[in-house]
Amino acid sequence: MIGNEPKAFSVLDLVDLDLKEQNALSLKCIAGRAGLGRPITVPDLNRPGLALAGFYESFAWNRLQVFGRGECAYLVKLDAEGSRQSVETLFSYQIPCCIFTNSLLPSESFLAAAEAAGCAILTTSLNSSEFSGRVIRVLSDIFAPKTTVHGVLVEVFGIGILLVGDSGVGKSETALELIERGHRLVADDVVEIRCVNGSILMGQGANKVIGHHMEIRGLGIINITHLFGVGAIRDKKQIQLVCQLEDWNPDKVYDRIGMDELTTNILDVKVPKLEIPVKPGRNIPIIVETAAMNERLKKMGYHSAKEFNQNIMRWLESENARALYFSRDDY
Amino acid sequence: MVELDTTIKNRAGIHARPSAMIAQTAVKFTSRIFLEKAGNRINAKSIMGIITLAASYGSKLKIIAEGVDEQAAAETIKALFDSGFNEELG
Repeated sequence: MIGNEPKAFSVLDLVDLDLKEQNALSLKCIAGRAGLGRPITVPDLNRPGLALAGFYESFAWNRLQVFGRGECAYLVKLDAEGSRQSVETLFSYQIPCCIFTNSLLPSESFLAAAEAAGCAILTTSLNSSEFSGRVIRVLSDIFAPKTTVHGVLVEVFGIGILLVGDSGVGKSETALELIERGHRLVADDVVEIRCVNGSILMGQGANKVIGHHMEIRGLGIINITHLFGVGAIRDKKQIQLVCQLEDWNPDKVYDRIGMDELTTNILDVKVPKLEIPVKPGRNIPIIVETAAMNERLKKMGYHSAKEFNQNIMRWLESENARALYFSRDDY
Repeated sequence: MVELDTTIKNRAGIHARPSAMIAQTAVKFTSRIFLEKAGNRINAKSIMGIITLAASYGSKLKIIAEGVDEQAAAETIKALFDSGFNEELG
C-alpha cells in the first residue's frame, strides 16, 4: 500500500466539484473571490445564528457557515438597525466561507465586509436542509480515510472484487477475461480506497484521465471503454471480497473446504479474502466468478461449505446409530 | 504394497475437516494411497471420496499405500487417524 499525501481541500475545490444531479451542490461565488483559496479543514457545518446575535463562545468558526432564511432575516434586521458589530466580529475569524441557501442574497454591506475580510460568499439554489445533507455527504466522502492499493478492482455479478498479487501473476489478464465474460472494470493497477461511514470500502480509479485503461503485457495500453463499451466499466464500487492471486506454492496448504474464513484489513475494515493459487491450466477468471456467486450466497444466508458439513455430520450420526442398532462393527 | 488397519477414534467421524486433513497429508506422498471400508475403496487424495466412505465413530478402515514411499505414507495417515484429528475422542 502506498501512503497518501494530505492535500488541503479549499473552498474553490468545493465549488469546482463535479457532482451528478442528486448530489449537485449548485454553488456560485458572488463575492470575496480572494477567499476561495481558504482551506476547509473539517467536514462539518455551522448555522451562525447565535454568533450573529453576539454570542461568540464556542463559535465553530472553522466550519462552513450556512445562512438560511432565519439568518438572512436577522441580517436584514441588523442592517436596518445599522448595527455592524456582529458581522465584523464574524469576519474577524478565519471562517472558510459563508454559504447562503435558497438563492438568498445578502445585503451590499455584508458583501462589502466579506470582500474586505477576503472571505468567499457562496450561494446555492438548494434549501438549507437539502444543502446540509448533500454537503455533509460530500465532505465526509472527501475527508474519509483513504489509501491506494496495487491491484485490479472488478465488479463480478454485483460483487466488488479486488484482485491483488505480485506483478506478473496475472491480475490484469484475469480482469480482462472477466470483462470479456460480461463483468465490469472499476480500476486497474492503482485503486484508491476510501472508508465511508467507517465500515464501507469504496474503491475507484486514482485518476479519471487514465481510468479504465489497462496495461496488458504484449499488447500495451488498451482502452476498455472503447473496446468493450460503457457496459464494461463502472466508476466506483464497494469492495466486498479480496482475491489474492499467488504462484502455486507446493509447500503451502490451500483451503480445500472453505470453512475457515480468511479476512484482510483495509483501513481497519475487515474484508473476506481468498487465496487463489495460480498455475498453468487453472482458469482463474472462472474461479473468481464462482467466488463472487458463492459470496452472494453467503450474503443471502447460505454458506455452502458449512451447510455441506452439517449434512455430512448428520449423515455420519445416522450411520453411527444404525451401526449401533445392528451391533455390527463392520458396517 | 503396505496395508494398515485403523479405527475411527474421534466422536464426530470423518466429516469435511478430517477428510481435508487426510487428503492434504496424502498429497504430500508420491505413492498411490487408498482407504477401504466394507469393500469400498477410494483414493485418499480426494476429499469428496473420503467423505463418501461415511466413516463414523468406531468404524474400521484399511489404509493401503503403493509406491516408493508407501511405508511412510501408510504410517503417517494411520497416525492422523490415531490422533483423532485434534477433535474430541469418543
